[in-house]
Amino acid sequence: MERKRKPAGRLVDRIVRLIQETSSSLPDDAEQAIRKALRRETKGSSARMVLETILRNVELARTDGTPVCQDTGTLTFFVSESLRRRVTPAVLGEAVARASANGWLRRNTIDSVTGRSIDTNVCPGAPVIHYVEAKGEGTISLLMKGGGSENMSRQFSLPDASIDAGRDLEGVRRAVLTAVQQAQGYGCAPGILGVCVGGDRASGYEEAKWQLLRNLADVNPDPALARLERRILREANTLGIGPMGLGGKTTLLAVKIGARPRVPASFFVTVAYLCWAARRRSIAL
Amino acid sequence: MTTLTYPFREADVRALRAGETVSVNGTIWTGRDRFHKHFADGGRLPVDFRDGALYHCGPVVVQDGGAWKVVAGGPTTSVRENAYEPDFIATTGVRLIIGKGGMDDKTLEACRKHGAVYLQAVGGAAAVTAHAIERVANVYFLDEFGAAEACWEFEVRDFRCVVAMDSHGVSLFARVAAESRRRLDELVPRRK
Repeated sequence: MERKRKPAGRLVDRIVRLIQETSSSLPDDAEQAIRKALRRETKGSSARMVLETILRNVELARTDGTPVCQDTGTLTFFVSESLRRRVTPAVLGEAVARASANGWLRRNTIDSVTGRSIDTNVCPGAPVIHYVEAKGEGTISLLMKGGGSENMSRQFSLPDASIDAGRDLEGVRRAVLTAVQQAQGYGCAPGILGVCVGGDRASGYEEAKWQLLRNLADVNPDPALARLERRILREANTLGIGPMGLGGKTTLLAVKIGARPRVPASFFVTVAYLCWAARRRSIAL
Repeated sequence: MTTLTYPFREADVRALRAGETVSVNGTIWTGRDRFHKHFADGGRLPVDFRDGALYHCGPVVVQDGGAWKVVAGGPTTSVRENAYEPDFIATTGVRLIIGKGGMDDKTLEACRKHGAVYLQAVGGAAAVTAHAIERVANVYFLDEFGAAEACWEFEVRDFRCVVAMDSHGVSLFARVAAESRRRLDELVPRRK
């Protein structure tokens, strides 16, 4: 008699599939944004060569089912609060361990004290799990963000005299453009920015990363933030940093801005830089 | 596009100019953070790097019936090796440093002095690179450093890169950094 699999086992299977698909396949909107960028770049330029290689890479990874990027990154799960009792850290951990054993995830987790590799990629603190309220009922979203881009993320505390940025949206614009210029191509440009205005230092990064899950073609429901997103994107693409920092018209693919309340004493601007290998995916349960 | 095949001759490398695309072929070795630290600490190198290529890469590898297979093998960020690379170039006679993001003035100077170039591989393009790696010929330091940090010996074919720092003191990165800085000052002029 065939043994029935426990429901938790099927759930783990689905999350393993989510990990593999996220790792090997870019979302359509990200791929479209890169195609659009390619058309803008000059024929024969290194920018064009880089974007063509990127697109060929995206196609090969999808066909082969292999990782888009060898840095399979920090795995961050955003799980709807309503699923907290089903999608437990143990369930997510089991899925990550299996995806690691299958070679879909690099051995990418290091014990920060001993320097030893944690080959399963599972330990207290890995993967990163956020249970989020009222943001899409019953979904599991996964963001796989490489270390090269993570190193380019920044947090500003306004006012910041060094960039002449005050506590307003103009100050936010100055901070974000400064972050883009300083990142150059090091975060694997063309990048996508998730920005949080306000919050404390921890929630600022959480919100900024949450913004990275948005569809690149969507429009911010807040008109002021929508305007700011468009303006920063347009201006950043005149910096000339280009794909992989070799020069060109495409420095960013998108800018997504959210806001969190702050205390009177603080005004943080958090910029989460995501590389072109924007691996994100959601499943609804 | 210029085709380069191992061993890479100094004259061929010196003829390269920043901005051009090259196709790298033959043997290359990977080395990243642990490898460089090992070298700086006076550790033994497993192979002779003269006229060779050092690739900043932490691949995803699987063992397929005894043979290693590269699943993903794009470049890692090179700046972390700035402190070690000039000495590595001077000591070993390596000709090609392949990575992403470029390196500092001291490395540029070492390239000029010793006849080496820095090549930018497309960051994150793991699948393309995996296809360019035809064979894993050997691996060193696997037990000590782990798979992502080990020194892998790859046979590559048509591994495409952009010459980002040449042996004439030109760095695309330095140029882009200076121009983008000027543009930023236009976009956000200091008020007052």
